[in-house]
Amino acid sequence: MATSVKIGIVVFPGSNCDYDCRWAFSQLSGCDASYIWHKEGNPGVFDALMLPGGFSYGDYLRCGAIARFSPVMQAVYEHAQQGRLVLGVCNGFQILCEAGMLPGALYRNPTLSFICEHVFIKTERSGTPFAGLCKTGQVLNIPIAHGEGQYYADRATLDRLDSKGLVAFRYCTADGEVTDASNPNGSRRNIAGIYSDTRTILGMMPHPERAMDPQLGSADGRLILSSLVSFLGR
Amino acid sequence: MKAKIYVTLKKDVLDPQGSTVQRSLHQMGYTTVYSVRVGKFLEVEMDEPDAVKAKARIDEMCRKLFVNPNIEHYHFDLV
Repeated sequence: MATSVKIGIVVFPGSNCDYDCRWAFSQLSGCDASYIWHKEGNPGVFDALMLPGGFSYGDYLRCGAIARFSPVMQAVYEHAQQGRLVLGVCNGFQILCEAGMLPGALYRNPTLSFICEHVFIKTERSGTPFAGLCKTGQVLNIPIAHGEGQYYADRATLDRLDSKGLVAFRYCTADGEVTDASNPNGSRRNIAGIYSDTRTILGMMPHPERAMDPQLGSADGRLILSSLVSFLGR
Repeated sequence: MKAKIYVTLKKDVLDPQGSTVQRSLHQMGYTTVYSVRVGKFLEVEMDEPDAVKAKARIDEMCRKLFVNPNIEHYHFDLV
C-alpha cells in the first residue's frame, strides 16, 4: 500500500470543528490527519491542509479577519502556492476569503439567525481534487451551521467564477434545482463553495465532516473527503 | 493622535442588520424612515504627532485589518 496521505488540520483559538475533521479523516483509509497549532510558522510538509469551522478569535471584527494573521497562515499560503490542496470549511472558508486566497466575502445571513440544518448542494463539476468521486450535478445532503454564511462577490467576480467553472457547489432542492427557496442564507447565485483558479483550494460553508455516517443524517460528506484522499493517494 | 474610523457596508451589499432595525422603527411609528445602514465605529489612539504619518498609518490599518474591501467602505477623521 502507498504511504498515507498526510493531512494537517489547522487549529486556531476558537476553532471547534477540528476534532470532527480529524475524526472524519480517521473514518477513511489511506490518510493520517494531525493538528497544527496556529502559532506554528513552520509546520512541515503536508499533502493537504484543512482549515476547520469554528469561531476563530471569537469572530471579532469580522469572521476570519484576525485568524488570517496567525503565524501558520504564511505556511498555508506557501503550501497553496506549491499547488498543494487546501480545504476550508465554514470559518475556514471565511479565513481563506479574508486572506485573499479565495475571492469574495462571507457576511451576516439575511435573517440574522444562526442556521443549523441539513441542506442540499449541487456538485457543479466532477473531476476536481475535491469532487473526483462525485458526479457532475450530483446532489449532496450536507449540514450547514453558521450565522455569517452569505456569500458576496461583485458581479464581475461572480461572472468570472461562473465562466471559469470555479463554483464548486450551489444550494439546491433535493432534486438539484437551484432556486431562491433552496438558498438558506442569501448567497449570491446560491454559491455554497468555490475553488481557486487552479481548483486546488476549496472553500465551502457546508460541513462535509459532519456528514460521514447515515446515523448522523447523511454520509454524503464522505464523497468530498474521500475524493481528496483518493486524489492525493493516486 | 486619535482616529475616528467609520466602516460601512458598500451600497450594493444588503445590510440585514439595517433592514431589521428599519422594520423595528416602522413598527414604532417612524414610518418616514426609508433606509438604515448599520456600520462599525472604531477609535484608535496612537503615539504619532505627525498628522501626515498618522493618516498614512491609519489608512494602512484600515486596508489591512479593519475593512474588508470586498464588502465594506471606510473613512476616518483625525482629532
